[in-house]
Amino acid sequence: MNDTLLEQQLHTTYPGSPPLRLPTFPSADVAYVVEDTPVGRILFARNGNGALVASRYVADDEAADLVLDRLARVVSPRVIRLPTALDEARRQFDEFLAGRRHDFDLETDLVLASAFQRDVLETLARSVGYGERETYGGLARAIHRPTASRAVGAALGANPLCIVVPCHRVVGAHGSLTGYAGGVAAKEYLLGLESDTTG
Amino acid sequence: MNLPPFQRLVDAHWRDVARLARALAGPVDGDDVAQQAWTQAYAAYPGLTSARNLRGWLLTITHRCAMDLHRSRGRRAVPTDDVVVLAGAAAVDGPESRLIDEDLWGRVARLPERQREAVVLKYVGDLDHPAIAELLGTTPTMSRRLVSDGLKNLRESTR
Repeated sequence: MNDTLLEQQLHTTYPGSPPLRLPTFPSADVAYVVEDTPVGRILFARNGNGALVASRYVADDEAADLVLDRLARVVSPRVIRLPTALDEARRQFDEFLAGRRHDFDLETDLVLASAFQRDVLETLARSVGYGERETYGGLARAIHRPTASRAVGAALGANPLCIVVPCHRVVGAHGSLTGYAGGVAAKEYLLGLESDTTG
Repeated sequence: MNLPPFQRLVDAHWRDVARLARALAGPVDGDDVAQQAWTQAYAAYPGLTSARNLRGWLLTITHRCAMDLHRSRGRRAVPTDDVVVLAGAAAVDGPESRLIDEDLWGRVARLPERQREAVVLKYVGDLDHPAIAELLGTTPTMSRRLVSDGLKNLRESTR
């Protein structure tokens, strides 16, 4: 046996039979899962207290990495892919997207939102119910910043808790389905769903 | 301190940690050593002051866990002769991968302690001599000698 082959074998084999065992983690400061849903691919994340901190549309791995980087920076770097920790949130999303649920019963934390974004998103969540619609200008007036409809639009675009905080219910002044983090088709789907199931 | 999400370390390095743990602690204890290393790494992660060389940091923890096990048992933390030692699947394709020597890891396990550690850290851990020397508390020159003596012994033990 020459050294090259010996070195190669040492480098490419290991004692025992495959497979190698993946490490497991019982819990995490930030637990997440990326899931395909009827409205697109969504990254769900919750913090160590069990509060949902993200339900963001992530079109590709790069978009998911950006959300995970922010969670690592803002919440904790101990971010672990832990699908079971998100089972309850995913179950409620499934029901919502099938039209069988109108409200979410989840602890949430808008830790990824700025103070202004939080003001916009909390006002929206409080005041615009299932099947209802609001305009950017209407929401700007609701937060007592009547000229800030553009900033309101930006805050909605940055919504870390898509669908749970219903930014899809905010439309243009003439009812047009303007931009949406998950794409206009997803917005249309959600509004259609809500108008069908409210009869 | 901006540290990457911990899962990114797991995805990038779990195979290296698992292989190193098995090579150092044997096929029976290796998987537990790897899990223990990840648990310790998870606990220590937020306190890290540098995000450079995270792989080296993980392999250092893995090495320490294997040595702790070895010390706690007061014997070689490697498979004994009655443990069946099989070579795992080769990570690369090619003519060499079909020539897996099923007895290789049994012979590695019987190397003198320091040679065994140095050989495993070099070829499984893919670490350079300065890094190996630091883990073994020695000099790069000695690390180089331990590896070459280890290879020599492995070559001769096939005869």
